[in-house]
Amino acid sequence: MVPENLRYTKDHEWIRVDGEVATVGITDHAQEELGDIVYVELPKAGARLEQASSFGSVESVKAVSDIYAPVSGEVTGVNTALADAPEKVNDDPYGEGWLIQLKLSSPAQLESLMTPAQYTEYIGSEK
Amino acid sequence: MPAAPSLRATPLNSVHRALGAKMVDFGGWDMPVQYSGIIEEHNAVRTRVGVFDVSHMGEIEIRGPEAARLTDFLTTNAVHKLKTGQAHYSGLLYEHGGFVDDILVHKVAGDHFFLCVNAGNQDKDFEHIRAHNCFDAAVEFSSDRYAQLAIQGPCARATLQKLTPVDLSAIKYYWFADGEACGIPARIARTGYTGEDGFELYVAPAEAERVWNEVLRAGEEFGIRPCGLGARNTLRLEAKMALYGHEIDASISPLEAGLDWIVKLDKGDFLGRNALMKQKEAGISRKLVGFEMRGRGIGRDGYEVLLDGQPAGWVTSGGPSPTLGRNIGLCYLPAARAVSGQPIQIVIRSQPVDAVTVETPFYKRAK
Repeated sequence: MVPENLRYTKDHEWIRVDGEVATVGITDHAQEELGDIVYVELPKAGARLEQASSFGSVESVKAVSDIYAPVSGEVTGVNTALADAPEKVNDDPYGEGWLIQLKLSSPAQLESLMTPAQYTEYIGSEK
Repeated sequence: MPAAPSLRATPLNSVHRALGAKMVDFGGWDMPVQYSGIIEEHNAVRTRVGVFDVSHMGEIEIRGPEAARLTDFLTTNAVHKLKTGQAHYSGLLYEHGGFVDDILVHKVAGDHFFLCVNAGNQDKDFEHIRAHNCFDAAVEFSSDRYAQLAIQGPCARATLQKLTPVDLSAIKYYWFADGEACGIPARIARTGYTGEDGFELYVAPAEAERVWNEVLRAGEEFGIRPCGLGARNTLRLEAKMALYGHEIDASISPLEAGLDWIVKLDKGDFLGRNALMKQKEAGISRKLVGFEMRGRGIGRDGYEVLLDGQPAGWVTSGGPSPTLGRNIGLCYLPAARAVSGQPIQIVIRSQPVDAVTVETPFYKRAK
């Protein structure tokens, strides 16, 4: 599942921009590859992220996977519900399983990300 | 997508792919790590029944009038005490006392021993046994003649009983019977690597697919699940069963790994005995101990362990325990401190996170 209104990274994060604020999560493909997610480590609100820098990790039963900032910005919100219910990332990766919200510092960086069509092709070729 | 040509595949490879399993390179083998999900598969084995393809495991057979002497000389447990039809867990050691492998020894007859060994170690094990075959026993590498299925869980017996005339209730834990299952010759052992009751079935590779499908059909009424290596690992960790390359390897002795119970120092000479005797007299410097995370985070394989804020050991296996709902693991610590109740820290991505040593096994099934 690759929703139309999002942009995507090669590390399988998605970003949805809503005015000045953007929401970030991992894709359905990523959660599917990881399997049962049991722990999510996220930054605190106020943290400044550089594009492509690691801002936390998502852990499945077997593995730890770093998560990377799709674009630069300041963390304005963190999905604290994931502390007790990390499985939301499996169940609803584009909804309740979102990870952080960002205030973009360089909106132009969005253009460097994949469109839904490009990401669909990308995960197809990865297989 | 078929397996990469460099990987070895079991006779059930295409079955796993058809079931939608996620495949991984496990020590050079293309193996299923999960089908429906590790936690679901884990819970199926704890509460109902699961079936695993463990055909990657190796088999080595030792035969002849000197078979018992050779097997006793090469392994740590007391082979001469095994009865025909009985099996035990044992260590294959180097002279310096470290593990070549951990294995199961089955006594098929007075002059025939059947060894089940780890997939990634089987070639090395065979060379090791041949190189130390001082009694001229016949040593055969027979992995290609066996597929192996593990049927595990409280409903394992009821599942398998539908497929065999052998009375499974008569096979005691760590005993086996040679009989028929699904109408073909099978070695049926009441052994496993999950901490549950269950059986390991050795059959001809050409029949593996049919047997697998019949086991799934027989277990349907109990809610059987095909299970991958992911669940196999969480299950064995809860039961504190060692995994080669993690708790044990060439640099670790059975005394350090808490496997004293498979070492029979009084049975006579065996390879590695002198080194273990010395280690026992001098006292071991490090020992395996269980831990539970107290702070947020998961201590995983290879992470550093701090004691009093100082580096003191490493995690051999760690992860979430689906049965307990906590994050657990095993680690090496200085022997004097390798007791339960010690506050420790696990270094997780450069951050020390609180944990405490605990009694093991983490999980023990009700008898």
